[in-house]
Amino acid sequence: MSSETHRMPTIYMDNNATTRVAPEVLEAMLPFFSERYGNPSSMHSFGGAVGREMREAREALADLLGCGSDEIVFTSCGTEADNTAIRSALTAQPEKRHIVTTRVEHPAILSLCKFLERSQGYRVTYLGVNAEGQLDMKELEDSLTDDTAIVSIMWANNETGVIFPIPEIAKLARSRGIFMHTDAVQAVGKIPMNLRELDVDMLSLSGHKLHAPKGVGALYVRRKLPYRPFLIGGHQEHGRRAGTENTTGIIALGAAARAAKAHLPQENTAVRALRDRLENALLAAVPDSRLNGHKEDRLPNTSNISFKYVEGEAILLLLDQLGIAASSGSACTSGSLEPSHVLRAMGVPFTFAHGSIRFSLSRYTTDADVDFVTTHVPGIIETLRKISPYKQGAPDPLDPKPACGC
Amino acid sequence: MWEYTDKVKEHFLNPKNVGELKEANAVGEVGSIACGDALKLFLKIEDGVIQDASFQTFGCASAIASSSALTELVKGKSVDEALKITNKDIASALGGLPKEKMHCSVMGQEALEAAIKTWRGEKVDTHEHSEGEIVCECFGVTDEQILHAVRENDLKTIEDVTYYTKAGGGCAKCHEKIEELIARARGEEAPKPAPAAKKLSNLQRMRLIEEVLEKEIRPRLQMDGGDIELADIEGLVVTVNLRGRCTNCPASQATVHGVVETILREKVDPEIQVREA
Repeated sequence: MSSETHRMPTIYMDNNATTRVAPEVLEAMLPFFSERYGNPSSMHSFGGAVGREMREAREALADLLGCGSDEIVFTSCGTEADNTAIRSALTAQPEKRHIVTTRVEHPAILSLCKFLERSQGYRVTYLGVNAEGQLDMKELEDSLTDDTAIVSIMWANNETGVIFPIPEIAKLARSRGIFMHTDAVQAVGKIPMNLRELDVDMLSLSGHKLHAPKGVGALYVRRKLPYRPFLIGGHQEHGRRAGTENTTGIIALGAAARAAKAHLPQENTAVRALRDRLENALLAAVPDSRLNGHKEDRLPNTSNISFKYVEGEAILLLLDQLGIAASSGSACTSGSLEPSHVLRAMGVPFTFAHGSIRFSLSRYTTDADVDFVTTHVPGIIETLRKISPYKQGAPDPLDPKPACGC
Repeated sequence: MWEYTDKVKEHFLNPKNVGELKEANAVGEVGSIACGDALKLFLKIEDGVIQDASFQTFGCASAIASSSALTELVKGKSVDEALKITNKDIASALGGLPKEKMHCSVMGQEALEAAIKTWRGEKVDTHEHSEGEIVCECFGVTDEQILHAVRENDLKTIEDVTYYTKAGGGCAKCHEKIEELIARARGEEAPKPAPAAKKLSNLQRMRLIEEVLEKEIRPRLQMDGGDIELADIEGLVVTVNLRGRCTNCPASQATVHGVVETILREKVDPEIQVREA
């Protein structure tokens, strides 16, 4: 690899993919790689002292979520937390064979549900969304049965940032005696939450989405909820997740949670203002562009914009040439041949779906970053539209052939 | 991120021969916006020689690069020479393409063929392929296209076919047909189709029951700490023993009739009855 491929992007707008480790987080975790390498399960004070630090990290995370520290189970990632939650609910209630989720979940949920459906015989309801990416609460209510073991619905969508009404969903599930899990990987640290006041039973989060490193996540499990561990082994995490603790990661996650709590207002003021400025400027400057997802019910950092007649991967590579990092729901970027399942579930027309770009900001995004992107994107779209056979003003080129019916 | 060669990058960042060619007398159009890429190729042919070429492409970097490379390849060639250009020639002009992106080179070759056909006055449907029958409905790929790609590129698996033609990359309903086409193009026997639900001989039915029990039912019961074993099969009556946690489970009867019978009825025969030994 050339050194060029390693260079830091000048402008990083892909924070829903991953975030940079905050300097204070890195500083907090480093000693646990070197001089403080003890095992928190050990009887000696060298290990025990690490256990104490871990306890503080647990308390910091609990403080961010508004729950008890005994309700936190550290995991290796968001996906593990998601898998644990769903499998635990199913194992704890073997007589129930139905799962309710949505069509727009992250693969950590969606692929697991498809697997459970295909090879283990569970029945799964995949709730649809409207054109703005929102759920129909009536459809959710109608889908619940006595056989439903768990409702698993993401708090905020990773591609569009659209927020689902988790408090109401959790209340509904509770009233029917059904476990409620939410994949809050994108929501934690971006929107305030107080789990003590909610009927959420389980919640997944991931460290690297909130300025902690990769390799650490957590599952909130409401006190007294019937729970079955996924990893079986030692007594770590009070027997809820075996395996020697990722002490560095956990301590980093604690530090990241403290920082996230401190910066939460900023996410919803400064970051939101930058996002709005970026979005409004691009939508105004580029003809035939549109916003994907509900304008209001959305994470403050995410903007998903589609540019008609051009393809996302080509846009991304031209952005990359300028040192701008973003992502796309285009088919070509993923290696799959179809555009994002989220945009398809929303019914975004193909003329727009292939040209979707997600900009996701963070508290490290600056005014100058937004200026740079808004200055260069219109030219990039213009360049690609010159190459494209589809043109503005021409009759809509959408092929009469129906899209894949699945 | 894709590992593109420098040549791909060069043709993408500085594409050659972009835009409509006013004097074109041969135009080939393939792909569609729904499929995620489309190419319109313009050729100016005089005295059987391609004097000039240009393109318009909607698609990813490798689609644009393939189109650009194609226009450079055909210029100055006679029509007959141009027809000998394969998708492999386009890919190698780019120093290779990631295998998932080979369909971009196939698209170039198809556009070239279509353009020459229009020039010769043969009928070409601009969006759909007039030859053959559609196999992949998601991406509108015909059996002829698949056979051609398999022969041209020595493709062996469904995945290969998807990389080269996109066929099978959507709902996967056509995977069985693609397997048959691969076998046909390679002159092999088609893999035996899945056993039909009806008209099974006694022996076939027994084997299928065993297979479904082993592969689908047991894993499901084992997940709940139970297990099952086959005791006997008599005609359409299947007798089983429950093991593990199922033995004392009050719900075992329900399990037997609910899960086991439903699955066996669905996969083997709608008349099957399940009993506990």
